[in-house]
Amino acid sequence: MQHYSVASLLRRAVDPVASWPAMWRTPEPQAQYDVVIVGAGGHGLATAYYLATEHGITNVAVIEKGWLGGGNSGRNTTIVRSNYLFPESAHLYDFALKRYEGLSQDLNYNVMLSQRGVAMLAHSRHDMESCTHWANAMRLNGIDSDILSAGDVKRLIPFIDDSATARYPVHGGFIQRRGGVARHDAVAWGYARGADRRGVDILQNCEVTGFLRGPTGAVTGVETTRGAIRAKQVALTAAGNTSVLATMAGFRLPLQSYALQAMVSEPVKPFFDTVAISLATGLYLSQSDKGELVFGAGLDLYHSYAQRGNYPVTERVMASAVAMFPALSRLKLLRQWAGLVDVSPDSSPILGPSPVEGLFLNCGWGTGGFKAIPVGGYMLAWQLATGAPHPIAAPFGLDRFSTAALVDEAAAAGIPH
Amino acid sequence: MLLIACPFCGPRPELEFSCGGQAHIARPGPPEAVSDAEWAQYLFYRDNPKGLARERWRHGGGCGQWFNAVRDTLTHDFKAVYPMGAPAPETG
Repeated sequence: MQHYSVASLLRRAVDPVASWPAMWRTPEPQAQYDVVIVGAGGHGLATAYYLATEHGITNVAVIEKGWLGGGNSGRNTTIVRSNYLFPESAHLYDFALKRYEGLSQDLNYNVMLSQRGVAMLAHSRHDMESCTHWANAMRLNGIDSDILSAGDVKRLIPFIDDSATARYPVHGGFIQRRGGVARHDAVAWGYARGADRRGVDILQNCEVTGFLRGPTGAVTGVETTRGAIRAKQVALTAAGNTSVLATMAGFRLPLQSYALQAMVSEPVKPFFDTVAISLATGLYLSQSDKGELVFGAGLDLYHSYAQRGNYPVTERVMASAVAMFPALSRLKLLRQWAGLVDVSPDSSPILGPSPVEGLFLNCGWGTGGFKAIPVGGYMLAWQLATGAPHPIAAPFGLDRFSTAALVDEAAAAGIPH
Repeated sequence: MLLIACPFCGPRPELEFSCGGQAHIARPGPPEAVSDAEWAQYLFYRDNPKGLARERWRHGGGCGQWFNAVRDTLTHDFKAVYPMGAPAPETG
């Protein structure tokens, strides 16, 4: 395994024949592992990485029906933030943001974290009251936030329409300056490389078709398109496809799968150095390092397993963007796509044991899974290694739906659903 | 853009409709006999199938009426439309 450093870069700069070695192996499935993780996206790969690095458990397979990082890990808008309202969520998402801050060093892989700030924009007096409440709640939870005046917003985003006739008037907002963007593929690849070099098998093109069950009904492995694989514990990190796997295992979950669209414009010169989220339209906007503007907004509001969105939502997103930022009106969209997100009734994740013995859950991240990859992986690894939830993950068990102890973050999830 | 056949108005664009989620969910009762786990199933747990789903839809931008539909969640294809209260049709 190649350790990346300035020296390794220089060596290849002067010796163009030398190639970079493959970042991970392509192993054949073994008959048995200690832990099998279903879904090689960020959360699954991070789980394997933290099992290996934090708990010394390396007899692990991450199985993936397609290619690693090809689902939501490769389809999101790359925003990281921890601007949540309730203490439970604040601690959960800030754990992830703190891990992101050291992730490039930890993984020896540049995830291109750019803490350019995430600004929530208020368009009315009532929005502004919500923003003030929200920013103060964050501070009480020990997370940075600064309230923005209308003038602050105009200085931050000079091309926003703040005229007297603006469709979405500028009243101010708040900013989390530690928020920003990270390179989404690099996060999946970095965790994959880190897990692989510690002995984890990443099995791509290997789809789960059923579960092996013991005499008591406990899950003892998975049936796959590449044969049966036995495991002491099985974990699901399959985002929008989790319900399909749960149905195979014989139980339901409080999840609904939706298509969440994202889109990018043609590249233009740098002119926008923060992330803006509009409370009125749900629009979120940033500029990538290549210069493309990256847009996202609401869900296609009917259940879907199609990894593509429909035109009316695309049109609504672009209409919101052009109304707020008229200078964008002549930009062309280059690409539009959708990811398959699993939304829970309180827009908070589900972490911990499933109703079936031997089977564990990391799902329900809905529209905000990317920013949570380090915490989702860390908490699932903790659960698998210790047999109990980490204190930060404890409020997010499946049992909260029968005890009614919901963590209702529908608003702070940032988009309408 | 989907074209959805409202049983009262005929085919209309999807912009006029909203999806009300899974159909045929019966409220359990009597309330004092229902366990917390059963309430959770009723309130929060859903089928979320990949393939045919039975759903409630409302033509809010037209007649305002609710109706049921069988829809494929993978292709978004509406297989059947039927009145509220009617049993789900066999679809192939």
